[in-house]
Amino acid sequence: MAENEERSTMSRRRFLKNSSYVAGGAIGGGFLGTFLGRDLLRGTQQNSNGENSVNDFNRALMHFTRQSDFELLSAAVERIFPADDNGPGAIELGVPFFIDHQLAGSYGHNDREYMQGPFYPGSDFQGYQTRLKRHEVFDVGIKGIEEESRKEFDSSFTGLEGDQQDQILQKFQDNDVALKGVTSSTFFELLRSATLEGAYSDPLYGGNGNMKGWLMKEFPGSYMSYIEEIEEEEFINKEPQPLRAHIVSE
Amino acid sequence: MAKTLDKVEVLTVGVGWTGGIIAAELAKQGVQVVGLERGKPRSTEDFQHVHDEYRYAIRYELMQDLSRETITFRNHRDERALPMRQLGSFLLGEGLGGAGVHWNGQTWRFLPYDLQIKSKTDEKYGPDKLGADYTLQDWGITYDELEPYFYKFEEMAGISGEDNPNGAPRSKPYPTPPMKETPITQRFKDAANNLDLHPFHIPSGNLSESYENPDGQTVYQCQYCGFCERFGCEYGAKSSPNVTVIPTAQDTGNFELRMHANVTELVYDGGKVTGVKYVDLQTGDEFIQPADVVVLTSYVMNNVRLLLNSGIGRPYDPETGSGVIGKNYCYQILPGANGFFEEEKFNTYMGAGSLGAAIDDYNGDNFDHSDVNFIHGGVATITQTGQRPINNNTVPNGTPNWGQEFKSQSIKYYHRVLSVGAQGASIPHRDNYLSLDPDYKDIFGQPLLRMTYDYTEQDRNLHDYLSEKCAEIVKEMGADTVEPREISDHYSIVPYQTTHNTGGVIMGGDPETSAVNNYLQMWDVDNLFVVGSSAFAHNGGYNPTGTVGALAYRAAEGIMKFREENGQLVTARHSSKKV
Ligand SMILES: Cc1cc2nc3c(=O)[nH]c(=O)nc-3n(C[C@H](O)[C@H](O)[C@H](O)COP(=O)(O)OP(=O)(O)OC[C@H]3O[C@@H](n4cnc5c(N)ncnc54)[C@H](O)[C@@H]3O)c2cc1C
Ligand code: SF4
Repeated sequence: MAENEERSTMSRRRFLKNSSYVAGGAIGGGFLGTFLGRDLLRGTQQNSNGENSVNDFNRALMHFTRQSDFELLSAAVERIFPADDNGPGAIELGVPFFIDHQLAGSYGHNDREYMQGPFYPGSDFQGYQTRLKRHEVFDVGIKGIEEESRKEFDSSFTGLEGDQQDQILQKFQDNDVALKGVTSSTFFELLRSATLEGAYSDPLYGGNGNMKGWLMKEFPGSYMSYIEEIEEEEFINKEPQPLRAHIVSE
Repeated sequence: MAKTLDKVEVLTVGVGWTGGIIAAELAKQGVQVVGLERGKPRSTEDFQHVHDEYRYAIRYELMQDLSRETITFRNHRDERALPMRQLGSFLLGEGLGGAGVHWNGQTWRFLPYDLQIKSKTDEKYGPDKLGADYTLQDWGITYDELEPYFYKFEEMAGISGEDNPNGAPRSKPYPTPPMKETPITQRFKDAANNLDLHPFHIPSGNLSESYENPDGQTVYQCQYCGFCERFGCEYGAKSSPNVTVIPTAQDTGNFELRMHANVTELVYDGGKVTGVKYVDLQTGDEFIQPADVVVLTSYVMNNVRLLLNSGIGRPYDPETGSGVIGKNYCYQILPGANGFFEEEKFNTYMGAGSLGAAIDDYNGDNFDHSDVNFIHGGVATITQTGQRPINNNTVPNGTPNWGQEFKSQSIKYYHRVLSVGAQGASIPHRDNYLSLDPDYKDIFGQPLLRMTYDYTEQDRNLHDYLSEKCAEIVKEMGADTVEPREISDHYSIVPYQTTHNTGGVIMGGDPETSAVNNYLQMWDVDNLFVVGSSAFAHNGGYNPTGTVGALAYRAAEGIMKFREENGQLVTARHSSKKV
């Protein structure tokens, strides 16, 4: 059947094309050290802070209207995922920009989620029940963090010591702070999971800067095939590949 | 005003595995079939940029758009059910191929014990093993009767597997050999053998070699790419409706697929279903599509909801135990144990959706239950499906889930955790059921489906038992620290568990206690077939789709028979006790 044949030829052609991704991949450790200091992709540049960044132009705000709110967000996510001996923290990875950009889109606006009323608080087992959309939850939550800091320590959150910031965040996680329209633990859980998403998603979303999140975790990103390696006894540490590598110029 | 279209012979509501199988089987035999599917078309061409954990595994790009329709959920009858506003516990399919696009491909046959669970349990352990609140029932068919249909599904899908000494008996070997042995599967098998268990490779819908099925469709060789479950396969190497039954149906010229077609109601004249009403989601136009035979293949939630919203069948009433639609909703429990390895790292980022090894020694009635306070069990497996970094941050108990310690531990253990998990069977209980929600509606103003579900004593007892067994294996594998999983206080709709929802339109031998006969034909409506795991009278200790596929082939045969014979295809066995 003609249609059938065409489909399988296409698949075979694609298979061959795709198999070119299989090549490479060194065995053994050492990529973290080797790659943290340099750019992994064509077209990357060093910015003025000496950080590697794929593109500086999208490092601007889509959701937040005040830079002070964005700075508070940055300080909070850095406590959730701090820079340490393992490597960069949330700020260097670009997590605050990731979150800001996500809040401006379908994630922030709960586009593919059921948002019809009536709204009731619900039990711990019934999930997200606020009428606020995520972008509103973040606004309320960030305002709440600032108020709580002033109440507790008489200082702006960004001016606190790390362990003081942790105390505030812990109160949010424990649901010990009253917010308008949403529980503080719901907000904290969104903040926590968005931080990890920003650290480890494909760099196309603006986080995981220069794939350093993946390098730390020794996750190689997007490879098309491991059929030649899956039986290996040794752990294989591969140079990470972003989705951008899948845009093939023909 | 809805526009009435020309009548067709057979229509399916939804085109996933079940809709695709029905369409292919009937279209091959010259029957004109229309498939109404509310989601988007999609095929291998759409999956060339699919290695994106955030888009597909976290934001659920391929799954149901809940802004149009969801379910409501509560643990108990005295609670107010609230909408499942975000996907979590299970990931409902939507679009061509349904959940078959983004499934793992682990393909099992339920055990002979499953199909006659009530008689076999009573026979061996007496009638009061669990008590009257557990609405255990036979399926109205035996394993021997169903065996050929299991093979049909496996042969069509090209399943890669090997012999399982504790599994359901097979008349023929798997069409393709098992997936590769890896250090991880080997480690599990060695440990299991040391413990006198009987390990084998998981039967896989990610194929070990390229395979042409009897319909002439090719499924390619799996590349172990690690982006499998929740993703579409970029190679056409994961058996899915989109690379098998749907093109087979289309190649006949007898199958018409209508996308973006959301069925809102079955048109029912009190005796038979004359067609369905649907809305084209792109234009908003409403249509009535008349048909000789209507087949519901829209998964558990819509199979049940469409019947209830159309006033078909007797709704189940948990108070009296009467009625059948919505009855015996079951799910799954997930006992298991995590092992932390200090000195070794494993290539856990590589893998395939069905790559793994299993034991069935603790499944079904493969072990004696005389001295335990539960029935059944579950398959225990180690899987190597490709651990991606957002979703996999397993840390030892007691570690906070944010901050520096979390970061360090989650990075340290990313490649140092191996888990053995069981798919614990789910036994029906009178309080676990599906019904219509009195308050919440979909975008068309139709009531949402309401799920009332919680864990039972049976679940808790089975969970403890299986977690302990899994922990023994993990320990034998050499883990430095072993942490058995615990069951939560109540079932939660939030964290992902499995998309193995079952029941609500169950099959059986008696119309008083079941909704469909063993051809999945409604007892009350001769020209209506309801196909899917909605027919399961309980959920067994495996993933469901091998059994779902077998039932779909059986239903296709029933529909062909019905076209010849009309009327009921099975003589009802009425129990003396009316409920
Ligand atoms: C992440 C994941 C992993 C899984 N892994 C496994 C596994 O390894 N092994 C296994 O056995 N099973 C697995 N499953 C389950 C498996 O995917 C399902 O059992 C199977 O795909 C169900 O097929 P179905 O045809 O019954 O339903 P579906 O695939 O859900 O198809 C139903 C279709 O009906 C459409 N529909 C619904 N309502 C309407 C309506 N009103 N009008 C029009 N169309 C409608 C939907 O859009 C959908 O496309 C997995 C599921 C998920 C989500
Ligand atoms: S693991 Fe195999 S079957 Fe799954 S998506 Fe990758 S190549 Fe396809």
